Amino acid sequence: MATATEQQQGAGVHLLTGSEVMAHICRLADVDVITAYPIRPYDTVMQYVSKFIAEGDFDADYIPAESEHGQFEIVKHASACGARVFTGSSGVGWLYAMEPLAVTAGLRLPMVALVGCRALDDPGAFGTEHNDAMLVRDLGWMINFPDTAQEVIELGLLAYRVAEDPRVYLPCAIAMDGAFLTHSQATVRLPGQDEVNAFLPPYDRGDLLLHPDNPITIAPQANEDWLMEVRRQSSEAAKNSYTVLKEAHADFSKIFGTNTNPFLDEYMTEDADVVLCGVGTLSLPVKVAIREMRKEGKKVGMVRLKWFRPFPTEELRESLSRFKAVGVIDRDYSFGSPYHGGIVYNEIKAAMYGADKVPHLKGFVCGLGGREVLLEDVKQMADKVISMGQNDAADNEVDWIGVRG
Amino acid sequence: MSVISFEVIYRGIFQKSLAVKISRTLILAAVKEGKPGISFGRYSDSPERNGIPAKQFGYIADNEEELETVAAQYEPKQVDISICVDDTLCKGVESWAWYGLQPINAVTKPGGTLIVTSNQKEDDLVQHIHRRETPYKLAIIPGEASFAGLWVYKDDGTDARCLAAALKAEPTMCSIASLESAIRENIGSETHVEAAREVYEDLRPVEIEPGQGNDEVPFTFELLKWHEMRQGVVIDGVGGHEGFRGGEGGYEPGRNPYFKKWSTRTMRPVVSFEKCTKCTLCWVACPDTCFDVTPDGFFDANMEACCGCGVCEAICPVKDCITMVNEVVFDERDSQWQMWQENKEDYDKYMDEKITTGKIDGRHPITGLAGAFSGIGLETGHNPETAKIKPLKDL
Repeated sequence: MATATEQQQGAGVHLLTGSEVMAHICRLADVDVITAYPIRPYDTVMQYVSKFIAEGDFDADYIPAESEHGQFEIVKHASACGARVFTGSSGVGWLYAMEPLAVTAGLRLPMVALVGCRALDDPGAFGTEHNDAMLVRDLGWMINFPDTAQEVIELGLLAYRVAEDPRVYLPCAIAMDGAFLTHSQATVRLPGQDEVNAFLPPYDRGDLLLHPDNPITIAPQANEDWLMEVRRQSSEAAKNSYTVLKEAHADFSKIFGTNTNPFLDEYMTEDADVVLCGVGTLSLPVKVAIREMRKEGKKVGMVRLKWFRPFPTEELRESLSRFKAVGVIDRDYSFGSPYHGGIVYNEIKAAMYGADKVPHLKGFVCGLGGREVLLEDVKQMADKVISMGQNDAADNEVDWIGVRG
Repeated sequence: MSVISFEVIYRGIFQKSLAVKISRTLILAAVKEGKPGISFGRYSDSPERNGIPAKQFGYIADNEEELETVAAQYEPKQVDISICVDDTLCKGVESWAWYGLQPINAVTKPGGTLIVTSNQKEDDLVQHIHRRETPYKLAIIPGEASFAGLWVYKDDGTDARCLAAALKAEPTMCSIASLESAIRENIGSETHVEAAREVYEDLRPVEIEPGQGNDEVPFTFELLKWHEMRQGVVIDGVGGHEGFRGGEGGYEPGRNPYFKKWSTRTMRPVVSFEKCTKCTLCWVACPDTCFDVTPDGFFDANMEACCGCGVCEAICPVKDCITMVNEVVFDERDSQWQMWQENKEDYDKYMDEKITTGKIDGRHPITGLAGAFSGIGLETGHNPETAKIKPLKDL
């Protein structure tokens, strides 16, 4: 008779949190080395991982480290030695690992890490903000933002597949909204081991493997004669990650029988005049608000970015050019930036520059520190975008929504 | 005048203060006449390593705009004056930031001047300096490599003398009066001013013709394109080992074929194989694994790899078995054991001659390195009886 755990692990529908799904990805991907250091909300994944190991359902080296810095260094080195690795952190813990985060990307090591998105201190806070994950966006890290526990299957498995592709060899962060996704249970269809094996080949470090039989030096000192070429290689790898991701996503769809867009999740956009844009779990209140606004005859849609790195510039330009106006909702901030908007807003604006047809773009900062994005908030933002579209006039003011005062 | 550019080539850390003092004082002398200038160290030499070749640079211009025009190129590609404060550097310069082994005169302009502090004569010293296709001048200031830049040692006036030599090479930089005044303000004593004046009057640069000098081809390497380099900041390891000189017996460790390290050396060990008891201590203690094991069990210091630290001499329990000798008296980097194998009598003569001419007195008590630690007797002036180096006037 199958044990409860065995039943739970089988392919099929389960009630799981986003963190728990990530732990299943580790098990299904047969990760070799995992390091942990406690900080919420990411640490829930380690509770599930250690439980799998303790119950004998999963075999991996599980190392509780002395700090986030050590935690990320250990898996970085393990990755250089050919181990498939997993780790993660949140908020300022993730930032304490910033040195290994930078060198992991610099050394082109395919680490996969869960960022349980959390506000950066101070004040000490643990609700969702995206600034922690976003801080690695310029370093060569790939970053995706799942919006449901189910999507963690796709983005988690793609993370390993793309990161470990020799054309890429870059780390990937799975940026999961704290509480809304890390701690919330939903029904999830888990894939079977055979499907995962068919999709995800073993990690092969090739001739870059750090091993006594393959004498190499990694991470030497280099002067100005060499560094720019190294950076150029990383840029090429980041470009390749786009192509490889498309390829891998096509395989994923075939093997797992899914039908999603690799980069963008569009909702009710076919006849939409305006859309709201953003990343992560705010898609849920946005979708519901859109349904309600549709009843009032307002043609609003949603375009959600699944991947922030690689940034789907072409897809986004093509998509957003269809609308009169676009509102970008940031669950982050970029103080002092153009129009004092958020990171996603500025990035989308930059991507749209020079497109044949550029919609008016308006930025919103919303839901900081784990504050809920309410249906009224979404409707308020949509109305502003609608009126910007109707007036056919640029509105560069970035509005803070849901803030007192 | 337009712009005058110069470099000071020195041994990292040990001569840094000296090099900085030369570079700064020259600029400050020109500033006295309203000429702007800049002085800077090669950034990638920092943090400096003990004894590893490093560079200071300087520009002097007629006006700010002229200065900006040259300073827009951070590191000078050509200089009017190269000042070398250790003659062992004349064999080539290999910085730790690795630009490859470069000739000492690599950036000296055609017709420019190379100033060297040395006890060698021009004809001898030029044998160490890589030949090139354009002429240049060589000016020798008599003296050993100065460690005056280390504050614990007596100032030997090398700074003031190099300044005067530089001005002699490019007299349009400023007047001797401005230089003397800058020396007074920035270095200190009338003795220094006097030392400078002597050099200014007596220095006689000689013309070095194209093709004259060391015929070794300077080491070159290819800077790979980004798509030719290995990914992941990976470089091939230097692995393995082979028999002595690739033969059957003995042992030679694998070594990086591109990075030789020997240009860090100011002195080299000379080994008496007659006295050697094969105790292995030099081989064990050498921090650079530079001793090759010969087929008959001796230990042969590899002259491509030896940094000249002197640990082998210090640890050797046999009297006069290993002797550190000034690098400047050698013209080759041959295997001593092979020389000895070929002709034991000749090798003994070679050894005796080198030890006699290149024996190092006044070694640094901590680093053990060579240098004029006793100074040339500035406190007593240029007294030929107390000064080890002849004053220029007597040459």
